Amino acid sequence: MMGASNTTVPPGTIRFLLDDALVEVTNPASTRTILQYLREDLRRTGTKEGCAEGDCGACTVVLGELVERDGVERVQLRAVNACIQFLPTLDGKAIYTVESLKGRDGSLHPVQQALVDTHGSQCGFCTPGFVMSLFALFKNQDRPSRGCVADALSGNLCRCTGYRPILDAAEKMYDRCGGSDWLRQPATLAAATPDADEAALIARLAGLRRSDTLSVTSAAGRFHAPLTLAAFAALRERLPEAHILAGGTDVGLWVTKQQRELPELLYIGNVAELKTITTSDSHFEIGAAVTLTDAFAALDRSYPELSELWRRFASVPVRNAGTLAGNIANGSPIGDSMPVLICLGATVVLRKGEATRELALEDLYLGHQKNALQPGEFVERVRVPRSRPGWVVRSYKIAKRFDQDISAVCAAFALRLQGEVVAEARIAYGGMAATPKRAAAAEAALTGRRWNEDTARAAMAALGDDYTPLSDMRASAAYRMRTARNVLYRLWLETRPNDPLSAAELNVNALA
Amino acid sequence: MSTPTPNAHRDHAPLPKGEALPHESAHLHVAGEAVYVDDIPELAGTLYAALGLSQQAHARIRAMDLDAVRAAPGVVAVLTAADIPGTNDCGPVLDDDPILADGLVQYIGQPMFAVIAISVDAARRAARKGVIDYEALPAVLDPQVARARESYVLPPIRRVCGDPQGRMAQAPHRLHGQWSVGGQEQFYLEGQISYCAPKEDGCLHLWCSTQHPTEMQQLIAHSLNKDANQVVVEMRRMGGGFGGKESQSALFACVAALAAHTLQRPVKLRVDRDDDMMITGKRHGFDYDYEVGYDDAGRIQAVRVEMLARAGFSADLSGPVVTRALCHVDNAYYLSDADISALCAKTNTQSNTAFRGFGGPQGAIAIEYILDTIARRLRLDPLDVRKANFYGNGERNQTPYGQTVEDNVIHELVGELEASSDYRARRAALAAWNAASPVIKKGLALTPVKFGISFNVAHFNQAGALVHIYTDGSVLVNHGGAEMGQGLNTKVAQVVAGTLGLALARVRATAADTSKVANTSATAASTGADLNGKAAEAAALTLRGRLADFAARRWGGEADAVSFAAGEVRGEGWRKRFDEVVNLAYHARVQLWSDGFYATPGLAWNRETLTGKPFYYFAYGAAVSEVAVDTLTGEWKLLRADLLHDAGNSINPAIDLGQVEGGFIQGMGWLTTEELWWNEQGRLMTHAPSTYKIPAVADCPARFNTRLFHNPNRADTVLRSKAVGEPPLLLSFSVLFAIRDAIAALAGPGVAPPLTAPATCESILAAIDAVREGVGA
Repeated sequence: MMGASNTTVPPGTIRFLLDDALVEVTNPASTRTILQYLREDLRRTGTKEGCAEGDCGACTVVLGELVERDGVERVQLRAVNACIQFLPTLDGKAIYTVESLKGRDGSLHPVQQALVDTHGSQCGFCTPGFVMSLFALFKNQDRPSRGCVADALSGNLCRCTGYRPILDAAEKMYDRCGGSDWLRQPATLAAATPDADEAALIARLAGLRRSDTLSVTSAAGRFHAPLTLAAFAALRERLPEAHILAGGTDVGLWVTKQQRELPELLYIGNVAELKTITTSDSHFEIGAAVTLTDAFAALDRSYPELSELWRRFASVPVRNAGTLAGNIANGSPIGDSMPVLICLGATVVLRKGEATRELALEDLYLGHQKNALQPGEFVERVRVPRSRPGWVVRSYKIAKRFDQDISAVCAAFALRLQGEVVAEARIAYGGMAATPKRAAAAEAALTGRRWNEDTARAAMAALGDDYTPLSDMRASAAYRMRTARNVLYRLWLETRPNDPLSAAELNVNALA
Repeated sequence: MSTPTPNAHRDHAPLPKGEALPHESAHLHVAGEAVYVDDIPELAGTLYAALGLSQQAHARIRAMDLDAVRAAPGVVAVLTAADIPGTNDCGPVLDDDPILADGLVQYIGQPMFAVIAISVDAARRAARKGVIDYEALPAVLDPQVARARESYVLPPIRRVCGDPQGRMAQAPHRLHGQWSVGGQEQFYLEGQISYCAPKEDGCLHLWCSTQHPTEMQQLIAHSLNKDANQVVVEMRRMGGGFGGKESQSALFACVAALAAHTLQRPVKLRVDRDDDMMITGKRHGFDYDYEVGYDDAGRIQAVRVEMLARAGFSADLSGPVVTRALCHVDNAYYLSDADISALCAKTNTQSNTAFRGFGGPQGAIAIEYILDTIARRLRLDPLDVRKANFYGNGERNQTPYGQTVEDNVIHELVGELEASSDYRARRAALAAWNAASPVIKKGLALTPVKFGISFNVAHFNQAGALVHIYTDGSVLVNHGGAEMGQGLNTKVAQVVAGTLGLALARVRATAADTSKVANTSATAASTGADLNGKAAEAAALTLRGRLADFAARRWGGEADAVSFAAGEVRGEGWRKRFDEVVNLAYHARVQLWSDGFYATPGLAWNRETLTGKPFYYFAYGAAVSEVAVDTLTGEWKLLRADLLHDAGNSINPAIDLGQVEGGFIQGMGWLTTEELWWNEQGRLMTHAPSTYKIPAVADCPARFNTRLFHNPNRADTVLRSKAVGEPPLLLSFSVLFAIRDAIAALAGPGVAPPLTAPATCESILAAIDAVREGVGA
């Protein structure tokens, strides 16, 4: 390892690459965001603040990180929201901003030129964010479908154009690429092996690797980033009051929106053992530092029927930063991953020091924002069963908007059908109670019954015993209950033994 | 200036064709090099402001204990209403908008004090520490309650034409109903921001993201007891405005100026998105009470519409907004006998303001809803009922407010779109599709737009510009308009370049600046290019005349025969490079800069009778939308949209197309996903993009066909173009009525779905439930 190179660097120094240059910052304020650092400290003002909560994408930057892919060390480039990422998390990474893309001769990058050519900017304030989301797409995929482009832009809001010219730019950008500049060569990261430029970047990033825990000390608080599970667990036990930071897609808002003080942050993102997904014959074991993007990619291979849920979970930059375990540990009543994971019978492995225990996911939640974690304990990994024959799995999300919206209701169903009988039923909803919660009465109304319309209607009625939803800005209690019932009816229509309806007959998003 | 001559330019003199050039700042936008106010390199000693906001909807302030705020780390000063030396008001029309609350708060989010600190963070953290002793007062949160109490921010207005009562009584069919449309947050991507620097002798320089630099200048001068000549306001570009920075940039401008004036330090006030949405007003939500009499063909005999606008706590621009609403209830239809009134309900919520369309959309959508309802009652295709009511040519062409519609192209335009969108065949196919589809129902709608262009207040319809030609032949144009992404600077520069025969690259448009062009109007009402383009053209024509005179004297021939094209100046028997002519003219002491001025001719408006000729001309358009609706959940999707819009002889078809598409999608957001929701205490709960949902990329339809309708303006506008900022927003009506059409597939014959806007999934499901029970509008 490159531990020796750390000896010349003062403790508490983070190091990262910006435009090929090594940048060192010693003991930055622990909760200073990357966006504040770029705009206020570097006066690099191309990256914009539109909302400071990761919902508009004007602050999108691309992070480069070393990962292992198919047994090969690679660079991963992904778009994230700079407005809610804390600066110390940049340690060991490369960052690209909108200013990174122009050529040395001043010429525009293909992504930038395509947006000019298609008239893809009007007021221009969201444009740098779109440029960076498209840049990440450009490096990762060759001529993606319009649907893939739209997914890549799901975290970027534009109030002027109506998006059509931006979607067009994503097609055109591949017409203008090439040349010797690596940033201008499309889809290099999709290749099986790294090219020379990527190899050089890998070497540089490898040179930034630490050999020990990073500890940043600042007036705003301390930031610890251990490298091993043992070190993390030990620190966690020693600092039970510390806040665990993973993707920052929630914790970041505590700072930007609530001005909360976070004196002690424990960053899980550098713990090697927790960044992996292991697949056994029966389970996916998803480490606590695995991003939603990676977790969903794995789950999608086993559960393609859930692909719309993964697509609609927040946005690409939020999924690139946020973790599945973070979504789970956060325990929001409207988190979208929990209902379906509960239905699939997922468990969480909790660790405290050396000791671990396994809990059914639904047992983690005790009440509104209250969970079963003991002081010093943390979610080490999530165990999700692989798809099993005989089980029908569906999840339906109801929200005002397709892209990046918080569910009014998120329903998940897993039924084991034996012939025409429901042998086993697991149903869970988000948005219907103080926690993601199973629908015991509805499950009982299904279990052992023939899967017919009467049974479906009985289960729909039983939901009234399971939930007493609230009214808020997302939906009224009545609408929540109505749609909770109606998506159960949709499930029936989609999975009934005779004459099931296709997705296109039931889902407006599946229509051509 | 003469009145517009019909068809003057249709068949005769060929007009210069507008070029689809990129936005003048496009290369800067994409590179992150376009400078917005927060990107300006900061002056040494800059301080940062944050605002302390009211947590009560209506209360007397007994006391404000701000000791903890002052003691917070990094705080330099705390300012309250008592620190304002002049008038504590930033209202654009009436003096009822305090800059900082003085003894009384009237909505949750109202600024009460300002903290000035050494960093944004320090200021925001300190602003939360104020301890306010409120004495709660009864709050009115519902416009209907305000109506019952006759509590208005301005007196009601009403226009009656013909004999609506008499004709109503005689009509074969009558219909009486209520309806409502929600408000809309502007959601400019760049939030409100002002940065003010003290200058010598009590002067101030303000950089502000605003559509109205002159008004910022005036309000700052009033609040600080300064002369207008002591305040310079500069505005290079906004990251979106949409009306939200017409009057409501003022509070932030005045606070930044107050702090800079008081502390004699540069002070920046950039508000957080949530605070921005909590503080500033939005598009007015409207409630309607209507009565209509009609015949068997659905032709309106008489109509009465009462519009109740949620004005919020103060007047702001509500007066002109409801006046425009009143002047757009007719949309594209002849209403011979009409009784139209508008009320500005005073509520303890944000003071609603301008938003693209400025009441026009809320007025026009009322008649669309009424016509759509009539069609469903009569079991006719809504398009046929709409057509039956269109304004005529030469007859049936008097608006309820007395202006004659002289440039009507709605028949041709709708005919062209009906054909190109294959409306009739798709209508038939849809019925068959719906019959076979148990859960998903599709709907289709074609809606027209007619939109009046000009400020309803005649004297606002003026503009000035300066054009400088430098001795190297490069040109700089400065005008009173504000660039907010709409491409105004591009169009103005194109006009100047065209007039002087230069490539656009030789012409630079610069920041609006109150020390250059004085007494400017807001960049609003779609008039930016019409007014400033004409003023800049006038300046350029003056310069062209001087250069032509000079060149004719020097090289021979008549000045009238000198032409300017392709960077060259040509006369009889000679041709010279433009820069050469300019350089020689300079040495011959020819003035190479000029002002230009324009005032829209022929406008008249009587505020008492609500009659006159408020509009120079009308812009037209139409759209067809097709949607699919999930009848189990109310989820929906726009499958296809076909837009055809009249931009006159477009100065820049690419920019105009962008306005049409963007306006359509923005309007769609207003009518569908964008819901403003206040809780029982009057707290706006949809105050960030996490809770307030503007259209995102997946909402852009897979099939999206947008074209400009070729129709050189009969009025003498710049290049015979038409204003295009606001009118396309109304094209989005087609989405709402397509959703209604889809729901109607479940309804019994003659039942019109009672769909309110915004048509959220919940609102759609409620309408589905209603028609399933046989309840219609």
